[in-house]
Amino acid sequence: MNTPAARRWTGAAARERKRRLVNILMLGLTGLATLLALVPLAWILAEVVARGSSALNVEFLTQTFKPTSLGGGGIWHAIVGTAILVGLASLLAVPIGILAAFYVVAHPNSAMGLAVRFGTDVLSGLPSIVVGLFIYTVLVIERGYSAWAGSLALAILMLPVVTRTTEEMLKLTPQSLREASLGLGAPEWKTTFSVMLPAALTGVVTGLMLAVARVSGETAPLLFTALGSNNLSVALDKPMASLPLTLFKYAVDPSKTRNAQAWAIALVIVALVLFLNIGARLIAMWRSRMMR
Amino acid sequence: MGQSVSVTLPVGVAAPPLSVASTAVLGAASGLSAKIKLDRMSVYYGAFLAVAEVSLPVYAHQITAIIGPSGCGKSTLLRALNRMNDLIPRARLTGKVWLDDQDIYAPEMDVVDIRRRVGMVFQRPNPFPKSIYDNVAYGPRLYDRIPKSELDEMVERSLRRAALWDEVKDKLKQSGMALSGGQQQRLCIARAIAVEPEVILMDEPCSALDPVATLKIEELMQELETDYTIVIVTHNMQQAARVSDYTAMMMMRPDRAGQVIEFDVTTKIFTRPSDKRTEDYVTGRFG
Repeated sequence: MNTPAARRWTGAAARERKRRLVNILMLGLTGLATLLALVPLAWILAEVVARGSSALNVEFLTQTFKPTSLGGGGIWHAIVGTAILVGLASLLAVPIGILAAFYVVAHPNSAMGLAVRFGTDVLSGLPSIVVGLFIYTVLVIERGYSAWAGSLALAILMLPVVTRTTEEMLKLTPQSLREASLGLGAPEWKTTFSVMLPAALTGVVTGLMLAVARVSGETAPLLFTALGSNNLSVALDKPMASLPLTLFKYAVDPSKTRNAQAWAIALVIVALVLFLNIGARLIAMWRSRMMR
Repeated sequence: MGQSVSVTLPVGVAAPPLSVASTAVLGAASGLSAKIKLDRMSVYYGAFLAVAEVSLPVYAHQITAIIGPSGCGKSTLLRALNRMNDLIPRARLTGKVWLDDQDIYAPEMDVVDIRRRVGMVFQRPNPFPKSIYDNVAYGPRLYDRIPKSELDEMVERSLRRAALWDEVKDKLKQSGMALSGGQQQRLCIARAIAVEPEVILMDEPCSALDPVATLKIEELMQELETDYTIVIVTHNMQQAARVSDYTAMMMMRPDRAGQVIEFDVTTKIFTRPSDKRTEDYVTGRFG
């Protein structure tokens, strides 16, 4: 029993025990880390729901601002404001982002393509308050606070997300589809628009919704651009209310009513982001089933 | 089938290439006109020489097969015929490729126009994630605004021509991806035909298909021969022998550059090849 093979055999049982032990240990560690990663999310959700639901009711969602002496009113003006600000920002950022992504995918190694990709990376790492400050300096100082300025700031924040997701999704579409289209004598732009983009649409739409969800909660870039307002306003050249700004204002208000309302707004924003996320997933699932 | 004219090329760095003159003689002798002529065509990927100095005629309304072991440049050669290699960064071509009397790599040539005239069917069926109808209509729609009735007709004609009409006529609105592999490949052929090209290039069109589907595609190719000039790359020597009229045998040189070592009437390649290496290959002794 002292052949090399036998020695290997006796060592095998011990090694296997050790391997199992390490396996259990690693499984425990990764499981624990996952749990810890979920704790903040669960905690935040629980807190927001617990503190926000008391002030949340239909009047709160449908009324506009009222002084606390009159019950405090609602946040309809802020909901409308956020919808306009984010909608306008999407209108600006989505076409530019998608077209830029087309360019980068078609010319990945050109100087321009590399510059766009690098620029996108830098832009996505930019603190949002810097973007706000930038718009304030170049636009607001001269022309005053406006919804336009706020949307522009949000658009700048959306742009890298839109460009990056669209680029990644286009790159994931099979090269064979591109070749098939070009092989039929389709020009490059036609190939991208009618073959690549539809094939990548699920991913692109998901990315867009996530980008929208991301900026709907942005406060810093709106602070000195859209400024905020207590009135229901749809004028793009005037200050405009938004959910995050109103939350900020109410949270630092000395009034208890306002503090409770701030939590309710937090709940509304969280719900909005959640719905957008779920919506994105549903579209993805529905589309991928259609493809099959 | 043309009469047997054999051209054998020795393999080596200093291989004397088939000149245009000799291909003209080959064509004249067989009483056929060349739809495409390759004249000392070489393809490079960066510094790597993938296909070396190929001179070859592709006769009109004939099926020309390109056979040879893996990696010898068959697909590269095929993709040079409609400038699909343009899509590969750093791919470069020297020599000439004539389509009728036009040099397709001449600067004034429009690559979109060339691909319209020289269609392609790929190794893996690659229908668009669109309906069957839209797959076939994709090509025609590119060039013109065609009235619905005319487009319907075009789609039906192309699907009939690709022997797929009876199987899909009731589900034209369904996704092309839902078809079986063999049906998908015939859909891709219908899609290529709908553009009414002059030449159809097929890059191992049956390698992803089962034998029954393969047989269908082969029958289809023979049908299409009357209207189109077909070039097929295949790994399957029985397939080349069954469907093609002419065969080009390719082989790798020691420096890994692909070369056509023999081009002849298919029956001759498979029964009395001039080159010992062709004989070894087609009889299955290697490769």
